[in-house]
Amino acid sequence: MSLILEDVDLQVGREMHIDRASLELAPGSFNVLLGRTLAGKTTLMRLMAGLEMPTRGRIVMNGHDVTRLSVRQRNVSMVYQQFINYPGMTLYENIASPLRLAKVDQEEIDRRVHETAEMLHIEHLLERYPLELSGGQQQRTAMGRALVKDADVILFDEPLVNLDYKLREELREELRTLFAERHCIAVYATTEPSEALSLGGHTAVLHQGQVLQYGPTEEVYRWPNSTRAAEMFSEPPMNFLDGEITDSSVIIGERYRLPDNAGFLHLPPGSYRFGIRASHISLIPNDDRDIAMDVRVDLAEISGSETFLHVHDQQSDMTVHLAGIHEFEVDDEVTLYFPVHKVYAFDAQGSVAHVPAYLGES
Amino acid sequence: MTNAKPTTPEAVNQQAAKEAARRRRRSRTALRRWRPKLLLGAYLLFVLLPIYWLLNMSFQSNSEILGQFSFVPQDITLEHYMKIFTDSSWYMGYVNSLIYVLINMLISILVALPAAYAFSRFQFIGDKHLFFWLLTNLMAPPAVFLLPYFQLYYTVGLFDTHVAVALAHCLFNIPLAVWILEGFMSSVPKEIDETAFIDGYSFPRFFVKIFIPMIRSGIGVTLFFLFMFSWVELLLARTLTSTGAQPIASVMTRTSTASGVDWGTLAAAGVLTILPGIFVVYFVRNHIAKGFALGRT
Repeated sequence: MSLILEDVDLQVGREMHIDRASLELAPGSFNVLLGRTLAGKTTLMRLMAGLEMPTRGRIVMNGHDVTRLSVRQRNVSMVYQQFINYPGMTLYENIASPLRLAKVDQEEIDRRVHETAEMLHIEHLLERYPLELSGGQQQRTAMGRALVKDADVILFDEPLVNLDYKLREELREELRTLFAERHCIAVYATTEPSEALSLGGHTAVLHQGQVLQYGPTEEVYRWPNSTRAAEMFSEPPMNFLDGEITDSSVIIGERYRLPDNAGFLHLPPGSYRFGIRASHISLIPNDDRDIAMDVRVDLAEISGSETFLHVHDQQSDMTVHLAGIHEFEVDDEVTLYFPVHKVYAFDAQGSVAHVPAYLGES
Repeated sequence: MTNAKPTTPEAVNQQAAKEAARRRRRSRTALRRWRPKLLLGAYLLFVLLPIYWLLNMSFQSNSEILGQFSFVPQDITLEHYMKIFTDSSWYMGYVNSLIYVLINMLISILVALPAAYAFSRFQFIGDKHLFFWLLTNLMAPPAVFLLPYFQLYYTVGLFDTHVAVALAHCLFNIPLAVWILEGFMSSVPKEIDETAFIDGYSFPRFFVKIFIPMIRSGIGVTLFFLFMFSWVELLLARTLTSTGAQPIASVMTRTSTASGVDWGTLAAAGVLTILPGIFVVYFVRNHIAKGFALGRT
């Protein structure tokens, strides 16, 4: 079971909601669609489901062209961000409804509903009605309905957004194990890079209706193919500094001169944008070659046991992700260090030119 | 401070003047306190008393109605009610009214359900204008349409049938039903529809099994409004019928005969006309406010 999107466009009025999206989802894969709101995640899912027809392009499922087939003729299921259940039916009937419509016999329905409910830990609630339950339980019911039929493609449209933090973690973990032994294609939309990373599988980075990059999640994270993809797939976004590479030197932001052996000199000379991840900048040097930057603090945001430090120097604004709680006053002068071997370089068109070598860490 | 006993004559006088002023003020507030009761009394007198009077008269004999002025019937009689329930020309009036009202409710709801669904779920050219235009149908008094309806129905042989009145009442009842139902339908998330289609429901099956149960209070309220408007509409109903499908309100005008007006029977007929409305209101009393807001909360 594979799902292939070939140059799919969706035009509404004059706006391109999806712009030449091509994806090839492998059988049994877990895929994350990562992008900000309005990036086209939901629309792309609706196209995959058949709720929306593409303006141009082809959608091929398992070797068959399904571009013009409606939802009911494609074997898909979907879980929404809102908790969508049939309020007039018990949980049992809610989960059983796709099977009932598929004319599965009662014994089989009974077995599968109980099996699914058990997986989702809602077995004791089967006689209740959805609106009597908590949000987490309602969403589990919706997932149950999606999982109970052997759909070829299961689509999750930010299913955990409306749940509280703790529940989200819990359900996310369960979701991964649920899919480990299934052979269907799962597609999961999220706005959070960290969620994509923890879900693993493959990731497609979306921006303004375009698929910027698709590949195994970790690879996409480590080797972003453009400044956009790098920006989308890091939270807080990657910091970019303009710089120059000449025959003999690499200068970032006109001030920071990289040592010759940092691995950039093989690049053709010219203007580049250098990217540094927020989490790679630190308060103390880890290496003799680390570059020191003198910056001023705009804001120190403390979130849990982490600190997001917003700083600026003469040329650019940067965000630093520090472990632990650090308190800074506005306008404090700080010296920060970034390691030269973790700097990305992008050419003038925004395509990646240099990716730092990773030694098992991220 | 005011509780302290005054010690000088001037202070005593001052305090006495203050007390007097306070007493005057309090007498003013007494009037203020009575005002709501007066207003309520006026309301009861002018609005509700006639209804009581109707009930009162329906239990009095005609001679008592004309002969004396009594707040309660001196000897209660059910002769007027007996007359209505035994004389077929009387009770057929109720039957006719009920028949065309029910036919109208059926037609209106069956047409309005899909129409309201379309308005709430789809975008099509001119949908907003069409939606507004529907409401404007409610704005013209039915008298305006009297002549064309009469002529058309007479020509096609619908004159003096229940269907004729039921169809004519669709003029204002279908727009009303579409408006109310559209509000209720729009409060159901579109994702429910999609989930149902993903699950494999066909559209008719989804509509009947899932969607209609979700808006059943809306349908109840709509039916109530349809009943009410069709039940009280008199002009079209009377013009489009003669004897075969004569509505009760039209029958009631026959009571002035050569021997004078049959007041008691008229009153009893009036009471019986109010009853169905009260009966129907009872069932939708909890949803009616939402219905008046056209389902938009």
